[in-house]
Amino acid sequence: MKRTLVFLFTLVFAMTMVAGCGGQTEDAQTVKIGINYELSGDVASYGEASVDGIMMAFDEINAAGGIDGLQIEPITVDNKSDTAEATALATRLMTQEGVVACLGPATSGSYMATIPVAMANKVPIISASATADEGVTVDKNGNVNEYVFRLCFNDSFQGVTMANFALNNLEAKKAVIIQDKSSDYAAGLAKNFKETFTAGGGEIVGEEGYVAKDKDFNAILTKIKGQEFDVIFLPGYYQEAGLIIKQARDLDISAPILGADGFDSPVLLELAGAEALNDVYFSNHYSNLDQDPLVQKFIEDFKTKYGKEPNAFHALGYDLGKYIADAIKRAGSPEPEKIKDALANTENFVGVTGSFSMGPDHNPIKSIVVIGLENGVQASSVKVEPK
Amino acid sequence: MTSVLTKKNLLILGCILLTFVLVQVLMSVGFITSFHEITLATICINIILAVSLNLVTGFTGQFSLGHAGFMSIGAYVCALIVMRFDSVAGFLVGILAAALAATIVGILIGIPTLRLKGDYLAIATLGMAEIIRVVFLNLEITNGAAGLSGIPRYTNWFWMYLFVVLTIVLINNFIRSSHGRACISIREDEIAAESMGINTTKFKVMAFAIGSFFAGIAGALYASYFYFIKPNTFGFLKSIDILVIVVLGGMGSITGSIIAAVLLALVSTFLQSFTAVRMIFYALVLVIIMIFRPQGLLGTKEITDLFKFRRKNERIE
Repeated sequence: MKRTLVFLFTLVFAMTMVAGCGGQTEDAQTVKIGINYELSGDVASYGEASVDGIMMAFDEINAAGGIDGLQIEPITVDNKSDTAEATALATRLMTQEGVVACLGPATSGSYMATIPVAMANKVPIISASATADEGVTVDKNGNVNEYVFRLCFNDSFQGVTMANFALNNLEAKKAVIIQDKSSDYAAGLAKNFKETFTAGGGEIVGEEGYVAKDKDFNAILTKIKGQEFDVIFLPGYYQEAGLIIKQARDLDISAPILGADGFDSPVLLELAGAEALNDVYFSNHYSNLDQDPLVQKFIEDFKTKYGKEPNAFHALGYDLGKYIADAIKRAGSPEPEKIKDALANTENFVGVTGSFSMGPDHNPIKSIVVIGLENGVQASSVKVEPK
Repeated sequence: MTSVLTKKNLLILGCILLTFVLVQVLMSVGFITSFHEITLATICINIILAVSLNLVTGFTGQFSLGHAGFMSIGAYVCALIVMRFDSVAGFLVGILAAALAATIVGILIGIPTLRLKGDYLAIATLGMAEIIRVVFLNLEITNGAAGLSGIPRYTNWFWMYLFVVLTIVLINNFIRSSHGRACISIREDEIAAESMGINTTKFKVMAFAIGSFFAGIAGALYASYFYFIKPNTFGFLKSIDILVIVVLGGMGSITGSIIAAVLLALVSTFLQSFTAVRMIFYALVLVIIMIFRPQGLLGTKEITDLFKFRRKNERIE
């Protein structure tokens, strides 16, 4: 036993020697930007789409001569959709690789796990899709996290928007909420929808719940069928929403169905079928229908480069790439401190997901799009400006 | 009873202190950067987890797939306490409470499930870990699926090293005590052990409780090092990760668990630069080791046994 222990501690020592390797190279002609995304694991599809968008933006900038002559050198790492890995990689990017800013991760949890690292190392981080209401750009004491930014609206804004859309555009008075009980995303949406809808004179006549991976919703739907209501609000993700919409339409429930950006996937159409997807509306960051020449050019270029239609994550990633480059340009020199100030002082940045100014709480003040589906295709889009 | 202060014990103590001081010095001169420190933290936490699971699975022979469940109890208890009492004292109270909470749950779960054997026990412990995860997913105080963020960081090299040393020494001594030998006899042949008058249920629950205790500590260190925890961090795959370390190092070998924990963390860190192929290589390393060393790197031996063996041979010659 004694020898066991002696060995152990020599081992711990040897291990630290191995861990001590690694070096740094400096190149004056490039500016290093860390890309810390979920490229494998549970939410790899979000990470991959975001990185595709970012890379497209960087390629365009580098081809056009870079940022004031500086070429962007992206350093891409995969956090395996694991929060501890996200923390480790953010530390590596900031302390080993010497990046001036970090992009990502895509999901709120992993993004939150990198916030203390950014604050400690004084390197700005930006996420294009971390939409959680609490604990992102503002800490639990209400102070703004100085080095933390995001490029998307938060969940509560979507809930509020959809409630206003139901009240004003659909003239609904009574609503039913069918909520994914296993996700905090759905909980945030439902809460804000309910508050805004009742404050605007509406009434919530029924609240039902399901959990992710459920397949049969007939019990819930039969129950609400007997009630009188004008709209169904369905906060959740496309896997279940697709099935709920199909089963509801099969039961002749014809009321409009509202959702949020969790609906944004081709899988929704596969699951629900084209004939069920009528009178379905959801809020999103961006719509392919937008006739803005900037958006149409982005869609064309994206199709040429990757051979497929871009979705919201691609568009957000693209904007993120352009936005960080714009901030570095405005900062005048690639120093994290100046970039942070440039990010905070953004006025009227024009992107494919809408133009925005950075608010004092490091959330962008930007418009939201409500997309209407007819026979499974996006038929209408209404832009809602922030108040 | 001989004195604790034998020459050997003093030598060990010296080695422990020397390693600690060396790493501390390397840190302060910047040779070990904050990124290396994260690898070091992963290694330390995995050592505690693997050694404690080895006590249950390797030495007592009870196949458990629920270790991440106990880790999550420790992580949540410590996080909730340290977020309210933001000080080193709060952190230490948090660790203690974490370990005790994990132990209590370990005993409560252990008493009914440890009557099962083999596959059935594995499924039961897996189920229990899932229940723990779903409870955290639905509680108000744990902030549901969103998890707890902004946990203050108190875990540093000193505390990690202290708890690693404590875990290894305590579990090592336990295994060499009469209780430990009782546990090993259960692994070797439960019926024979019972017929020799060993209360098998008692010793199984005891090993399970000690394993949970240290898993709770590991969880607490994890929570206070990585700032953020959510229920899904401690899912089924985390239990498997820990089990992989134990099996890879050799079931029934403490040094094996330690070597495997270090090795896997280094492989994983080294492969970080090869984003696309890292998981393939990681899995390949596991497959190759299992093909050539199906009993694990060290089997049931300790690395020191190998030295002993050689010396004996030399003596014979």
